[in-house]
Amino acid sequence: MMKWIDQTKRKTTSARFNLGWMQKYHLGPALGFVIIFVALSITSRSFLTVHNLLNVALQTSVNALLAIGMTFVILTAGIDLSVGSILAFSSAITAGLLIGHVNIVLASVIGLVVGALAGLLNGLFVAYGRLAPFIVTLGTLTLFRGATEIYTGGVPIFNLPEAFSSFGAGALVGIPIPVLVTAVIFALGLLALQRTTHGRRIYAIGGNERAAFLAGIPVKRYLMAVYVICGALAALAGLVLTSRLGSAEPTAGFGYELDAITAVVLGGTSLFGGEGTLWGTIIGALILGVISNGLNLLNVNSFYQDAIKGVIILFAIMLDRKRAS
Amino acid sequence: MKSIKVTSALVALLALSLASCASPTSGNSTTSGSGSSKYTIGFAVSTLNNPFFVAMENGVKSEAAKEGVTVIVDNGNNDPATQLNQVQDLIQQKVNVIILNPTDSQSLSSAVKLANQAKIPVITLDRSVSSGTVATFIASNSVQAGKMAADELVKALGGQGEVIDLQGTVGTSAEADREKGFSDEIATAPGITVVARQTANFDRSTALNVTQNLLQAHPNVKGLFAQNDEMALGALKAIQQAGKSGVAIVGIDGEQEVVNDIQQGLIYADIAQQPTQEGVLGVQSAVKLAKGETVQATVDSPLQLVVKGTSFKGF
Repeated sequence: MMKWIDQTKRKTTSARFNLGWMQKYHLGPALGFVIIFVALSITSRSFLTVHNLLNVALQTSVNALLAIGMTFVILTAGIDLSVGSILAFSSAITAGLLIGHVNIVLASVIGLVVGALAGLLNGLFVAYGRLAPFIVTLGTLTLFRGATEIYTGGVPIFNLPEAFSSFGAGALVGIPIPVLVTAVIFALGLLALQRTTHGRRIYAIGGNERAAFLAGIPVKRYLMAVYVICGALAALAGLVLTSRLGSAEPTAGFGYELDAITAVVLGGTSLFGGEGTLWGTIIGALILGVISNGLNLLNVNSFYQDAIKGVIILFAIMLDRKRAS
Repeated sequence: MKSIKVTSALVALLALSLASCASPTSGNSTTSGSGSSKYTIGFAVSTLNNPFFVAMENGVKSEAAKEGVTVIVDNGNNDPATQLNQVQDLIQQKVNVIILNPTDSQSLSSAVKLANQAKIPVITLDRSVSSGTVATFIASNSVQAGKMAADELVKALGGQGEVIDLQGTVGTSAEADREKGFSDEIATAPGITVVARQTANFDRSTALNVTQNLLQAHPNVKGLFAQNDEMALGALKAIQQAGKSGVAIVGIDGEQEVVNDIQQGLIYADIAQQPTQEGVLGVQSAVKLAKGETVQATVDSPLQLVVKGTSFKGF
């Protein structure tokens, strides 16, 4: 029954089980999501309510923003391990400015610029320094965390103005503002990747960097751009988190890079670049969101939660296993 | 070639910018008391990047000044290797006693053994080591803290209602002990039901999400126990944003932010640890050891119950 996992027989057996069409349209992640969704709707009375689903969307927004930026980077066959630290650093800067009575919009914009500049630093090393993205961002992961600790002195920055909290905790026609922000970013990202030359060039670079270069694509500029986008979105995610919490934590975003990468991979994007969609990423992020929500609603023993999460993630990836080839 | 130049230029730039904002925090020694200082104590602290340990350091320094002993403070920056070197340096300097707040209970055992060989007594603060001989271990009792938190929650609810238990990072001794103290005590209150026990990893933003989820499943919750203050603050946000009132929150630690919220009536109570007091007790024991007196193998650092009106500053 599980024969179709066997790598060598993949092609013939997948046809036999008629999974081919599903893989062609990358429906694996969506199917995984639907299965988890239905399972939770049956097992938990509180899961399938408008309020809870909006809750899941709100809680997913931070990881979704990180994962959207991460998708741009991974499409170029790169990786950004520093997003969690960029989130923490830019949040701390914004919170510090807010405490100093700087205008909310200005403080937020400065936070976003700090995130973009942090991304630019990554991009410079990757594009012009010709260093492996994994190594560069492993370094900046530590660097930006260190900078956050120096700036905050290891203490949360709290007592942020009420008006700032209305961004993260507020709602428009019943929909939480962070969800709307994420939806807009998602739509813009989708448009950029699927409908513009820039998007096609990003895919081309990830597919074959040398060929893209020979075709006259300014590869270095695009590589820098994706890290800047990723950094800026990490800062945006930081604004969402900080305004939801009403404080900036020196430990914020710790380990978030792994959740973002998981969402991207769950969504069927190839870690080798050139293949994948933002649709997949958003579904990947939602899968992680409903799992966390569901485990809480079902009051699953804390000791078992990580193991269960791991099994579900592996199962969802198996449904889209064509990526592995 | 060109790319190598660019890279090295970037690295140099980075190093410069780091050097300019680095501050000398480690290895500063304070000589307290003028001529009367007969003894020198080494204090190896795990990190000074956390208000808890800064408060501990203050306790050590102020008590050392009072006792007229010299203290050498070494900041391990949360790195066991750094701290091991620092302890070795303290042994070389032939300090009379070493007060160790270990970064890691496994790795620092070897440091303690080195001190044992050099016949320098070691006192551990807040965390201890897994092997080696420790003269005295001073820490607040986490089981007791969990028990006190349960008592406060029962009191807040008048002995009736549903409560949520937010657990810390599973696998840590703080989580296990606080959980034990809380569970055993709350079980003795027949009217109280713990409807959910979920981990939020001692983290504020995780606690916000987990509490939001739990409020969906258990809308009638009347009380919430958070195993640390960071989670209590995250839970408070979730409860406020859900538009709920009348949910009593009890935390553990004694963070200033929570103490402020208690005075405003947002959080019901906190079981505060007293890192400053731990530092003071550490120096007192060190002086006894230096004089050749005996000390108890373990000393409980006192816990302070903080409710509205308690005059306690927090750290």
